[in-house]
Formats: sequence, structure tokens, C-alpha cells
Amino acid sequence: MPGKGESVRVVVDLTRCQGYGQCVFMAPEVFSMSGREALAYDPDPPDAQREHVLRAAAACPVQALHVDRVSAPDPDRVPDPPSPDGDGFRRTGRVVIVGASLAGMRAATVLRREGFAGPIILVGDERGEPYDRPPLSKQVLTGQVRAHNTALPRLPDLDAEWVRGTAATGLDLGRRCVRLANGRDVEFDRLLIATGTRARPWPDAAEAALDGVFTLRTAEDAFRLRRRLGEGTGRVLVIGAGFTGSEIASVCRELGRPVTVAERGPAPLVGALGGVIGAVAADLQRTHGVDLRCGVSVTALEGEAGRLCRARLSDGDTLPVEVAVAALGAVRNVEWLEGSGLAAGPWGVACDAGCRVFDINGLVTDDVFAAGDVARLPHPLYEYQFLTLEHWGSAVAQAEVAAHNMVSGQARRWPHLALPVFWSSQFGVDIKSVGVPTFADEVMITQGTAKEHRFVAVYGYRGRITAAVTFDQGMWLEFYQGLIEQAAPFPPRFRTVDRSGAAHPVPAEVPDRVLASHGATVVVTGHDPAERRAWLVHRSR
Amino acid sequence: MTENGVFGRILAHGGRTDPYPLYAELRTTPVTPLEDGSYVVSTYREIVALLHDPRVSSDRRNLPETFAGRETGVAGRSPAFIALDPPHHDRLRRLTMRHFGPPGTPGLVEGMRPELTAIVTGLIDALADRTRADIVETVAYPFPVTVICRLLGVPYEDEPRFHAWSTEIVETIGPGEDDMAERQRRRERAASALSEYLGGLADARRRAPGDDLISGLLTHDDAEGGMSVAEVVSTATLLLIAGHETTVNLIAGGMLTLLRHPEVLERLRRDPGLVIGTVEELLRYEPPVHFPATRVALDDITVGDVTIPRGAPIVLALAAGNRDPDHVRAPERFDPCREANEHLGFGGGVHYCFGAPLARLEAQIALGELARRLRGPRLVADPPPYRPSAALRGPRRLLVDFDGVNPAR
Repeated sequence: MPGKGESVRVVVDLTRCQGYGQCVFMAPEVFSMSGREALAYDPDPPDAQREHVLRAAAACPVQALHVDRVSAPDPDRVPDPPSPDGDGFRRTGRVVIVGASLAGMRAATVLRREGFAGPIILVGDERGEPYDRPPLSKQVLTGQVRAHNTALPRLPDLDAEWVRGTAATGLDLGRRCVRLANGRDVEFDRLLIATGTRARPWPDAAEAALDGVFTLRTAEDAFRLRRRLGEGTGRVLVIGAGFTGSEIASVCRELGRPVTVAERGPAPLVGALGGVIGAVAADLQRTHGVDLRCGVSVTALEGEAGRLCRARLSDGDTLPVEVAVAALGAVRNVEWLEGSGLAAGPWGVACDAGCRVFDINGLVTDDVFAAGDVARLPHPLYEYQFLTLEHWGSAVAQAEVAAHNMVSGQARRWPHLALPVFWSSQFGVDIKSVGVPTFADEVMITQGTAKEHRFVAVYGYRGRITAAVTFDQGMWLEFYQGLIEQAAPFPPRFRTVDRSGAAHPVPAEVPDRVLASHGATVVVTGHDPAERRAWLVHRSR
Repeated sequence: MTENGVFGRILAHGGRTDPYPLYAELRTTPVTPLEDGSYVVSTYREIVALLHDPRVSSDRRNLPETFAGRETGVAGRSPAFIALDPPHHDRLRRLTMRHFGPPGTPGLVEGMRPELTAIVTGLIDALADRTRADIVETVAYPFPVTVICRLLGVPYEDEPRFHAWSTEIVETIGPGEDDMAERQRRRERAASALSEYLGGLADARRRAPGDDLISGLLTHDDAEGGMSVAEVVSTATLLLIAGHETTVNLIAGGMLTLLRHPEVLERLRRDPGLVIGTVEELLRYEPPVHFPATRVALDDITVGDVTIPRGAPIVLALAAGNRDPDHVRAPERFDPCREANEHLGFGGGVHYCFGAPLARLEAQIALGELARRLRGPRLVADPPPYRPSAALRGPRRLLVDFDGVNPAR
């Protein structure tokens, strides 16, 4: 642990956080509640706050608060005994991790915890230290925390080689090496792919280049957007009302700026939570003064002298706008894997439940693993469908599974069976979700009321519970997680506290599951089973 | 011996001195049915699950009418939020929190630190020319009571009056040895008297508000609405009792534990920062609340291989869960350096102890100062005599001999 004089690094596992608020009492200058349950914090408070932060960490009822480290220690875990196929690698293997953000960092830590003694090479394309992204669309944009102060805790004992500011550009599985942008080849025995995603850019390059048009993914993005939000007073246009777009709109209202949200779908958050809860999110936005326009797309962004000044909308309106943020979702960073022979495409890097990557033919590899936003895994609870889970908690959980499996023999490997959990804080409401809400045909509010924006919604698919979403009711989430894990019947018939008499299941209004293939497709050639092969074809390049 | 017998021995006065071996026995049956139809849950995982289970009610008006412990309610008196479910619980708790913590007044408790330190300093100064003291009488009791009185705006001169009522209420809370209905009547009498007292105080504050919590509750009104006078009185009653009867056990039990582990006491003297981990470990190892208020099953609830039927009272044995070896390694060891110490010292879920931040701060200051200032402290009697309650367990007296008192800072 760093001594006095160095800043304190704080990470709150908001997947675990239940909004008890104990940390706010103990360190009110570092932690704050916005609304009833949503926690915000300064990830890099001054050293003078160290004792307060330590008090806060000790007081957390669910031990979700980590000081100077990324995740909770695991003092009770006894390392596996030596095994013929895993142990040799632990001593002499060489691991390369491509992607030095949350998943990559976590995996490196777990490798060491598991007793891996060989070299670890971490490759990342950003220059600075690895940082935590959730604050970027929240307390960074409000100005409470500076954009470059969300660094993840330093790992002084990691003993890894860091290659920073250098992207990986290719993978040669035959030679077992990763090609870097600077021409260097880095050899590996086992590889972890954790390259994550980037913001999907505004499709018109000339419009995207206007001064005032932003995307939000990196600390640098957040720094630039924050500066613009802090200095102007004109209207902000948010294009896309997914979680990032909705959080940006929330910040704009908090800052008192007029904001229009243009969403092509019928309501905000529909893609993640379906139309019923999306309608609640729409009400939440409008209650807070957002000019929300659903079923509307932005047809053009127009500038004068290179500076954004107008947006044209598909509803015929033309809006004067000072800032536009394209919040159109993410693009997976897989281009560097083109031609590698792995099952990597716009849909992500496909792997088995143990994070072992498939090759393009669908055969599992043994030395290449994937974790985090870029990974696409089958989940047994969801009919073994392959899911990409772009959640903080999933990145951590997959990194742990991948790292464990990299140094463990076949018999000791772990499957990634964690249920997806994510959170968002917007308009003073803490939204949490467990399971896969889009894997549903019906939804029912079991506790609280939608009208008050304070409820538990349970999702069902063909008579069983598949997901639950809470608005400011996070303490109940684990109960519903248990029901999902047991495939409990839907609709739930049991009596609970806070049950409104009118509660009944309604259609969930989940959009069709569209696979984001975006012009890439796979074809199969050959006749003989020994020579049949799959190929990835890019149709629109 | 039946399972029921184990629980009976825990409740019997002889069980007060060291209930932990009995808890270990209890944990062999995680959910234990009792003869009166209630269920005791004693393992960590199962307790946590029930604390977060929306089928579990804290409103004892949901007990079947035939059940002796059912609260009938008294006209004009509304239950405090500890005995209510969402959404009513959430509303009252939130309205109260406005005057105590985040998001409205996040810095209030931390801002009390200098005042709390001054109170403890004064109490320990008073021991300067003595070599023997009852820590309960001289520090552990007067400290939190002074604090809760100031916070609520209750005159400290009235303390002897409400002390008696508070004791009576607490000693009849939760499971006990004697007849449930009789305990209920005793509690009712004391609660009425305390309500009447606080009602009178509320009247006075409404006419002439101060900067105390009762005045704040009475006068605050915004979009969410305010509290009725009856709600203010029930809330103040709850906070006054909780402020009286729990932290005293944490401090007294804490001092007892430290005196039983002199090496920890010595480390604490040298390293004051250790008090943070010490108090967390005390909340696990010697929690002031062993059984929180009884819950009620709103539906059949299956826990492991036992189904708790709808309407059954549920007793959560927090102190047993805290020493569950399936949750914590070496649970019988007192270790202030335990990492990631997740415990049930303040319960969990929506009813997590409202006053936890204040209790933590009080215990950290009191134990830190006692460790630093008492020279050569040692127990006069081990075990000390205990108060009668099995639910809120703590020493009645804690006689300590010492060689002198170090000066205040």
C-alpha cells in the first residue's frame, strides 16, 4: 500500500453497492448520494482524505469499496494444488494481455494471485494509466471529478511489463505472437484478448469533424466534453437514449443546460430494458425537463465556419444546438484480429464459457482467451445463446475466470456463470439490473410503483423469471437474482411487501434480437469434412 | 435436547455470559422451528437472504390474530419505521434521514466528532483520582445517552424518567423467557408513558422550534410531504431507545473484549488507526444486537430444506450468523485486522441500523480514548454481570481496576 504523500485511489464496485450510504457519512467530501440511492465518488481524493476513506471502506456493509486496489482480496481462497497440465505453465509460461483497462488489469492481478510466476506483458493503446470508465459519464461530466482523475489503483506488486500508447495490429497464431503498431512482435504462450470497445462514431465523417460534435468513451473524450458542457449555456443534443446518452442528458439537466434527446426507438433504454420500463425512463427524462423525442433520428448536423450550430431532425424540426453527443453504442475493437483465424468479428470475440476463444470454424482454442466488453460467451441460463455483456461487473468476472483458466488444468477450469448485473445513475435514480431483460416476453412490477420511479420489475420468458430491474430499490436485487438462478416461475405469485394491488404481467415490448453483424458475414467452403473451413467476409469495405 | 431446547438455553439468563457455544449448536440446524410456531435462523447466508427477502415483513400487525406476540396497536400511535414495511418505512426513514445524513445533511455525523471527543474526554477526566470504575456507569452509558439527547433535543435532566421506560421496553423486546403476552403488556405500558413524554416535548418544540432533530421533523415540509405529530413521536421514541440501549453494549462489550485481549489493547494504544478495524470486528464478534425485532413471513418461504409457513414469526440470530464458519475464517478469533469484514452487527437490507454511523463513531472515540488514557486497566470480575435481555446483550456493570488516568491531549 502506498505510504503517505501519495494520493488515495478509490474504486467502488457499484455492482455490489446497495446504496447504504455509510461511506458518505464517514467521508462526506469523497462520497455523495445523488438522490436516494445513487452513489457518486471521487476516485482520486487528496491524501488528507485517506483516513476518512479508510473509515468508509471499513464501514461498507457489503465491502464494495476498495482502497488502492481494484477488487476485494480473497484471503480464504487456497491456491489449487499442483497439477500436471497447469503447474508447469504457472512457473515458466509467458502471458500477453492485449487491452490494459479494467479486464486486462484484473486478469493480471488474478494471474499473480493464482501463483503465475512467468512474465506478463500488458499492451494498451492509451498512453495514460488505466482508468475506470463509469464515472466518465457521471461525476466527471458534472465537474465533480476531473477527467484524468479516475485512474484505477496502481498495482506496484504486479511485476508486469507495460507497453503503453501502442496498439496491437495483428495476431499470428502460428508463430504465437502479437504484432504491435511500432513493428515489435511480442511472443506469448497464452494470450488474453481484452481490447474492449470504442464509441460508434457519427456516421458522416465531415459532420463528425465539426467543432461541438462529440462521442464519449475515453477519459480524453470526457475531458473535452466536460470542458464544453461547463463553459456554454446553449442547447445540447444527445443522439441516442441508451444508458450513456441518458446519463449525459441527466448531467446536462443537473448543469441547467437545455437538452434535446433524439432516439430512434420508441423510448429511452428500450434496447436494454424493453418498452414498458423504457416508458418509465421517458417519464423520468421529461419530468427533469429533457426535450425527449422518440421515433426521431438526426438527419444532419450543420456548422458554420467549422463549428456546429444546427441539427436537422427526421420530425422536420431544425434545432439550434451548441453541442451534439453521438451516443450510438459501441464498436468492438476486433480489427487487429482480422485474418488471425479466430472467431472475431463485429459481434465480438466468440469464446466458450471458460473464456477460451473459438477459431473461425467454431473449434475451441486452448491458449487464447477473451474477457470484457469484446468477449462473446454462451450462457447456459439463456439457452446457451452467445451474449456480449458490456458491463463493469462482467469485465471483472470474466477476467477472473479467464486468468484462472489460463493457469489451470482442464479439470480445474471455471465456467463463467455469473449473471450479468449492471447499474446506471441518472436523474437522481439508481437503476440496477440483473439477468438479461431483453430475454423476456413479459414484465411485471412486483414492488413499488412506476409512477414514483421507485420499483422492482421482474421479466419473464416462457413462464420463468429471466431478469429483474430496480429503480431505487437495489437492496432487493439479490433476492431476484436467486429466483433467476433457480429458473423460478413467472409471473411470481408470492406475497411481498410494497406490492401494489394492480400488479400484473404485461408484454415486455422487447425489440427483436438483431445481431450486429454490420456488413461482415461468414461463409463455408470445401466439401470433405477434413477440408471444410469457415471464412469471414467483409461485404461493405 | 431438542433444537427448541438450545434456543431456550440461549434465552435463559445463564445463556447471557457466553451464548456462543449455544449458537454453534443452533447453527447445526440453520432454520430451527420452535414450539410456539416461530422459526430461528442462525447461519450467515440464510440470514442475509431473509434480510433481503421481500416476502419477509417487519410489521408485526401481519402476524395471525391468534399469535400471542401480535401487536394490536394503540389508537393514535403509529408504529416506528423499524416496525413498518416499504413504502411506509421508506418514507419515514427518508424523512428522518434528512436531518441526520445523506443526501440532505451528509456531514452531520462526521461534524459531531469534536463534540463527541469532548464528551468522552470529560467523562474520563472524572476518573482521574480513582483506581476502580464501572465503565458502563461512567462512560459506556452516559456517553451515547448524552449524544442522543442533544441530537433529539431531549433535556438531559429528564434522563432518569425515560431511562426507566426505555429499560422496560428493551427488556421485553424480541424473544424472551417469560410469557409473550405479559411481556407485550409491560412493553405497552412503558411505551405509552414514553410516547406521552415525547408528545409533550413535541408540542413544546412545535411552538418554539430549536435546531434539534425533533424540531426538524416537525417543521420540515416539502414536495414529499412532512411527518404527522404521531409519526414524529414514534420516530423520536425509536431513536431515543435505540440511542440508549445499543451503543452502550457496543462500548462496554468492546472494552470487555479488549481487556480479554490485552495484546490488542496494547497495539491500539500504539496505533490509534487500529480502532477502525477493532470496532468492525467487535460488531462481528460481540455485536450489541443479537436478535433484531421479530419478522413475519408473508408467504411460505423455503430456506434450505425447511419451509417457513406464511404468518410465522422469524427470529434472525445475527450474533450466531456473525460466527458462522461457512462465512468467516476462524470465527471464534478476535482479529481487528480481518480483511473485508462483512458482518451482521447492524443487520442488513432496508432496516439496516439507522444510527450505525453515529454508533461507529461513538465506539471508535470511546474505545480509542479508554485505551489511550487508562493506565494498566484490568477486569475485576470476568465474566461481568449481564443485563437480562438476550436480544440486546451487554454487561450490566464492567468493573475495571487501573493505575491511573493519562491526561487528555
